[in-house]
Amino acid sequence: MGDDLYQAEIVARAKAGAADTRLEPHDARATVDNPLCGDRVVLDLRMDGPRIAEAGQRTRGCALCQASAETLRRCLPGLDRAAAAGGRAALRAYLAGGADLPPPWRDWEAFAPVRAHPSRHGCVTLALDALAEALAATEGGG
Amino acid sequence: MSFDPAAIRREFPILAREVRGRKLRYLDNAATSQVPRAVLDAVREHDAMHRANVHRGVHALAEEATQAYEAARADVARWLGVRADEIVFASGATAALNIVAQSWTRLLSPGDEILLTELEHHSNIVPWQLAAERAGLVIRGIPATPEGRLDLEALPRLVGPRTRIIAATHVSNVTGAVTDVDALVAAARGVGARVLLDGSQRAPHGPVDVPSLGVDFYVLTGHKMHGPSGIGALWARREVLESMPPFLGGGEMIRSVTLARSTYADPPRRFEAGTPPIAQAVGLGAAIRFLSALDWSAVAAHEMALAQRLLDGLAADRRVRVVGPAGLQRRIGVVSFEMAGAHPHDVCQILDTLGVACRGGHHCAQPLMDRLDLAGTTRASIALYNDASDIDALLEGLGEVARRLC
Repeated sequence: MGDDLYQAEIVARAKAGAADTRLEPHDARATVDNPLCGDRVVLDLRMDGPRIAEAGQRTRGCALCQASAETLRRCLPGLDRAAAAGGRAALRAYLAGGADLPPPWRDWEAFAPVRAHPSRHGCVTLALDALAEALAATEGGG
Repeated sequence: MSFDPAAIRREFPILAREVRGRKLRYLDNAATSQVPRAVLDAVREHDAMHRANVHRGVHALAEEATQAYEAARADVARWLGVRADEIVFASGATAALNIVAQSWTRLLSPGDEILLTELEHHSNIVPWQLAAERAGLVIRGIPATPEGRLDLEALPRLVGPRTRIIAATHVSNVTGAVTDVDALVAAARGVGARVLLDGSQRAPHGPVDVPSLGVDFYVLTGHKMHGPSGIGALWARREVLESMPPFLGGGEMIRSVTLARSTYADPPRRFEAGTPPIAQAVGLGAAIRFLSALDWSAVAAHEMALAQRLLDGLAADRRVRVVGPAGLQRRIGVVSFEMAGAHPHDVCQILDTLGVACRGGHHCAQPLMDRLDLAGTTRASIALYNDASDIDALLEGLGEVARRLC
């Protein structure tokens, strides 16, 4: 894997992530902003009992932020709350130089070049911040 | 005096370095500009040979440090055309603005109004909001036009008998637009209000004749005018400063202290609590002496020629839209733009691989971004040491951005 932040796979996911895939109806919606740059991720979850049935997102952000939100949207269906909740810590550890990602999060290995750019880590983790808020909302709202 | 950009570049050691294997093209001067050798030498010389606290010691080093610190105050005063005893050192423009917002507003009454603008940096918004929450003040705002200037037609309905101050930027840090100060001063004088100008973006581009502006407060910061970070200044007329209570308490700013109460020093020391940023002030003084030796009509012509080259190049790119004045009238070389299909951070990241340093984002000006319905812009900001090859490298880099992302 090269050190190019904008390799074809990331750009392709970013372009896909530019689409508005928000869900109506949804069981939880979280909106998070990056105060440093103004990027915003809206993440919707539709639940099937304890599992995520479907996810949708709308992202106003950079290519890395959009690609991350799209990656998240794709990998969430089928995960239960506990598994989903582990994503943010796993991704943060990976970006900080940790070991390989566990199975549900392997798609984030495409973001390996971001590890060398700490100022951009927040671009990738913003969607996971939204996930944490959305999961909390599903618990609070039953 | 003449102005030789190539000679000026050689005075800034950092411009000789490479970034990512490319020649550095530094176009982020509105955020922080680079320092000439004269400033580096002055700061080092001070800490190496004259380091001591100021105003209190009687030994030789304390005398030397005090003289250097006060000489720097005189340098700032000369740059602004004002008296040295009307210059208050602060850690930067943000701290200087907080002095006014936290101290001067204590003279106001609940319901009094502060008029800001949508062009302001957050540092000229948030301090006023904090003061308003404390004192029951009302904040109003002059809107921005689509061109990124102040909508002065709104002034008559915004300025009223409760308006106590108009606090505005002298030059927008996003659009480069120069504020029509006369209009603000006239509106303020009509109701007996004060005017504050944030000169952070204007002061690096030549001496400022503050008395002719007719304003009551002027603020600048060192790190944008080729000086050190951690130093800035507030100017206000003597009687205005004397009317203001202290903001921060501590050493240096007192006349006498008992456990029950204290009395305070005269300005400017009333507002310089604690040990000040001495070496930084010395560095700022050196920066101003360096800048003062230049022919500023020639520097301005040089900077405007580069701005025109940049604006022309951007206008020729169909993917790009300039955010701000399209021409050179009443603007400086701070140029923002958006690029279709490319987020400003991605633009800047790719430009960085080519050695071009620009800034992307909201530039701490979210109200303006909201008004213009933008998440952010890419900003190139020109300083005296930039040359045509810097502009061309940026414009060529945008082609690379398009190839990679669009």
